[in-house]
Amino acid sequence: MPQATASAKDSNLGRDDAIALYTVMQTIRQAELRLGTLFADGEVPGFIHLSVGQEAVPAGVTAALEPIDTVASNHRGHGHAIAKGLDLDRFVMEIMGKDGGYCRGRGGSMHVADAKIGMLGANGIVGAGLPIALGSALAHQVKKTGAVAVVFFGDGALAEGAMHETFNLAALWKLPLVMVCENNGWAEFSPTAREFVAKLGDLAHAFRIPASLIDGNDVMAVYNATRKHVAAARAGEGPQFIECKTQRVRGHFEGDQQKYRDPADIAAATKDDPMHKIEKDLADMQVSAAEIEKVKTDVAARVEKAITAGRNEPLPKFAEAFGDVYTPTARH
Amino acid sequence: MAELRFAHAINRALADALTEDPNVIVFGEDVAGPGGPFGVTRGLLEKFGPDRIRDTPISEAAIAGAAVGAAMGGLKPVVEIMFMDFLTLAMDALVNQAAKARFMFGGQFSVPMVVCTPHGGGVGAGPQHSQCLEAWVAHVPGLKVVCPATLPDAYGLLRAAINDPDPVIYVENKSLYAKKGELADKPAIVEIGKANVVRAGKDVTLVTYGAMLFRVLKAAEELAQEGIEVEVIDLRSIQPWDEAAILTSISKTHRLVICHEAVEAFGVGAEIVAHMVDIGFDEFDAPPVRVAAPFMPPPYAPSLEDEFVPNPERIKAAVRRVLA
Repeated sequence: MPQATASAKDSNLGRDDAIALYTVMQTIRQAELRLGTLFADGEVPGFIHLSVGQEAVPAGVTAALEPIDTVASNHRGHGHAIAKGLDLDRFVMEIMGKDGGYCRGRGGSMHVADAKIGMLGANGIVGAGLPIALGSALAHQVKKTGAVAVVFFGDGALAEGAMHETFNLAALWKLPLVMVCENNGWAEFSPTAREFVAKLGDLAHAFRIPASLIDGNDVMAVYNATRKHVAAARAGEGPQFIECKTQRVRGHFEGDQQKYRDPADIAAATKDDPMHKIEKDLADMQVSAAEIEKVKTDVAARVEKAITAGRNEPLPKFAEAFGDVYTPTARH
Repeated sequence: MAELRFAHAINRALADALTEDPNVIVFGEDVAGPGGPFGVTRGLLEKFGPDRIRDTPISEAAIAGAAVGAAMGGLKPVVEIMFMDFLTLAMDALVNQAAKARFMFGGQFSVPMVVCTPHGGGVGAGPQHSQCLEAWVAHVPGLKVVCPATLPDAYGLLRAAINDPDPVIYVENKSLYAKKGELADKPAIVEIGKANVVRAGKDVTLVTYGAMLFRVLKAAEELAQEGIEVEVIDLRSIQPWDEAAILTSISKTHRLVICHEAVEAFGVGAEIVAHMVDIGFDEFDAPPVRVAAPFMPPPYAPSLEDEFVPNPERIKAAVRRVLA
């Protein structure tokens, strides 16, 4: 399996593109860290799964997509939603359980979706996004939309039967499906190495699916690999598989004490911050420290604006939710 | 008007829907080349091509999951799960994805998919190929469930299911596939949620659906010889179900028997009885009674299965009980 060694030098990304990627990564990082504090303060109900440390994957993958392309996500999906281009105010409102949220407060963190931009939803069931993306790719093929479907899933999903069924069916039907595994080494509370025998690349090979193993902390490498695989999928060459090696900095969910995890592992995960790599790339592209700082402060202001909007938004009404289980038709 | 078999009526509904709407596609195990394990999809591949009529591997989770994604992407997939017993392997896609997508995403998506699946015994198929699991899916908010007994309903309910913006489980009783009947040249679409009074009667209301309709009608005819007039209601739709039609009938007969092939405990009959007692308590002159399969897996040996599936004798006994 080829190991991508892309860097800023052999990327086709210009200076402004790189700043845009960094802005997306910073938006994911800062929005999630603030959601973490809101959760701790009781302003976010339920439970949330943060993708801190994995931001380069959604940013790099999504930058290689066209607006018509569709994305299915998973429970650790805030980054996918933000990178796909969801409005930050409505995103935060949803997670705060407010009426103006994308799902009118009925879905929450694990179900953020935006039909208008092809965001098919985060998902509370591990591996369930794979067959949904498979179906989306089938729709693209039958309707000849020219779009590709992308699914993000973690290494914990590898042991799910639905993943193997999806690999096989996508390959059999040569569907325009790009499967992105964010391999952070953890399947909920257990190291994946203790739960899954096969290597991901071997698995893709078994199904004759072209695959790349990428440093998922290098946003340029993620972008370049995705661009190649998306082009192949769009050209009718069938499904593609991208494994992005990354790390989970936080617990499985916010509030997870991670007593099952060696503190050295957490320290190492924190050290391998994808922000370091992109900030170095930006410096190499003559982006000044002041410019980088401005991105951070602008993002911080946007995040605070979204939180204020979320706080001011009314709660959803029960009667409206109750009446929306089925699609209204002329008969009803 | 032509004489056809039940399976042909389903096939015609699929063919007509495929002709009318290019977004309709059909996929499942052995539905294309082989024409379906019961011949229901025969000829569709030749007529509509491999892009729209597809054989899948034995992958129920992916079949149902892909239907969800395809429906969210603007297609109207009709997928087959070869036996209702295999619905167990597709339950995440049906229960957690299809049923919830509209509600969970705040009304942004509808999921116009149909799952066709055969249930029922009487063919010696044994414990894993005979179950009637419609109550499982009827229990899930967001799913609709229909179960036709006649050729016009087989056609009309499938057309309605494919037109419906929400996921519909279309249950076919496998003992009916070969049953002959008449079908109009241009059959009507049958609205989901409407029952059909198949036989008028003043003494007892007998609610049923699917293949049990014919055992119920046989029992009703035999009871008529004794001077007992049974009103037979074919439910047709299980979720939503036609409470108004049943209440109207009970207001006349004041007695209710429900017959289904699924096991009695926690079943469709239990729901109907509970709700009818709730909204029509004053109408009842006798406690309502269910006639259904006993609380055991469907057995294989014909001698055992004959006793497992409700028969006209048990149905008649139940009617006599509510009249006693």
